[in-house]
Amino acid sequence: MLHAIYLGLASFSLWLLLSGYFEIFLLSLGLLSTCLVVYIARRMDVADHEGRSLHMHVFRLFGYWAWLGMEIVKANLDVTRRILDPRLPISPEVFWSPVTQGSEVGRVAYANSITLTPGTVAIDLEGDEVEVHALNREAADGVRSGEMDRKVTALDL
Amino acid sequence: MFAAAILAIIVTMLLILARALLGPTVWDCILAINSFGTLTVLLIAAHGFLMERPEFLDIALVYALINFIGIIAVLKFFEYGDLGPGKRARLDEDQG
Amino acid sequence: MLEMARDLLSWAFILGGGFFLIVGGIGLLRLPDFFTRLHAAGIIDTMGAELMLAGFVLQAGFSLVTVKLLLIVLFIMFTSPTAAHALAKAALHGGYKPRLATGGDDDRGSD
Repeated sequence: MLHAIYLGLASFSLWLLLSGYFEIFLLSLGLLSTCLVVYIARRMDVADHEGRSLHMHVFRLFGYWAWLGMEIVKANLDVTRRILDPRLPISPEVFWSPVTQGSEVGRVAYANSITLTPGTVAIDLEGDEVEVHALNREAADGVRSGEMDRKVTALDL
Repeated sequence: MFAAAILAIIVTMLLILARALLGPTVWDCILAINSFGTLTVLLIAAHGFLMERPEFLDIALVYALINFIGIIAVLKFFEYGDLGPGKRARLDEDQG
Repeated sequence: MLEMARDLLSWAFILGGGFFLIVGGIGLLRLPDFFTRLHAAGIIDTMGAELMLAGFVLQAGFSLVTVKLLLIVLFIMFTSPTAAHALAKAALHGGYKPRLATGGDDDRGSD
């Protein structure tokens, strides 16, 4: 129930932020749609169970995002070269790589980070391993080295 | 200059549309449509800036949401052949 | 002066974004199979779209417009890997075999 109230408050403040209107009629419409959203979320059974808060070091998260941004830029430049220059090889491979995060949020963050970096896509996450498709050997070795895995694990509380 | 951005977006859209029409498998088509949706969001935003009407950004935001939900719905349909929870739950039971 | 520097930076971002969008489009056409094309779509979603939106943010200055643009950026950053992952998984389960450089042995898990 508490999660539902939080969800309602968050949705309504988002509505206020995006609309910028403060007339009674429009405000009541916003309230109505917030109630509808909370009702649907409760009916779908996501309001109370999946309301896990972020069990992560918030300050380290920003540092990680900065690092991830740099990695994304580097990977983008590499894939761009491979697309534009036909001489550079494309050698796709699929492999399983170990995952060391304890929490579910951490695992999802790791898998999403892999996918967000062009050149590697996380296909499946089973047990303690993630299945990765890589565009070429260098990108695959980047995942195998486990640097990103360690950084995401360090985010876990 | 926003016109240059719109030009780049439209060129990319044409390339993607070619892939969506050529795409040998259904997955290529879905991938192309997903990227096309992202570009539509950009096009709406750029058009809003070109016309100096920032209200277009609201439409872009909503389009981004609809695009994501639509792609997930199509994928769910192709993977489970059903949009309801029933068949999927049965499939998971069989696997697990 | 500061105004001009901001303008220049934002145009650089927008043009760079346009370049990466077109590269992604070319990659989507040129790369040999579905899973490799997924990486080209990744370029569009990460570098192309984000750079262009960052350029728009610089043009907009600081207002409600900026908040909305940042929301779009955040949303694309969270949904694009989810969609790519869902596509890859659905294609693999749908029986699509990725073209591999190392030959036929793909150590895929239980299906």
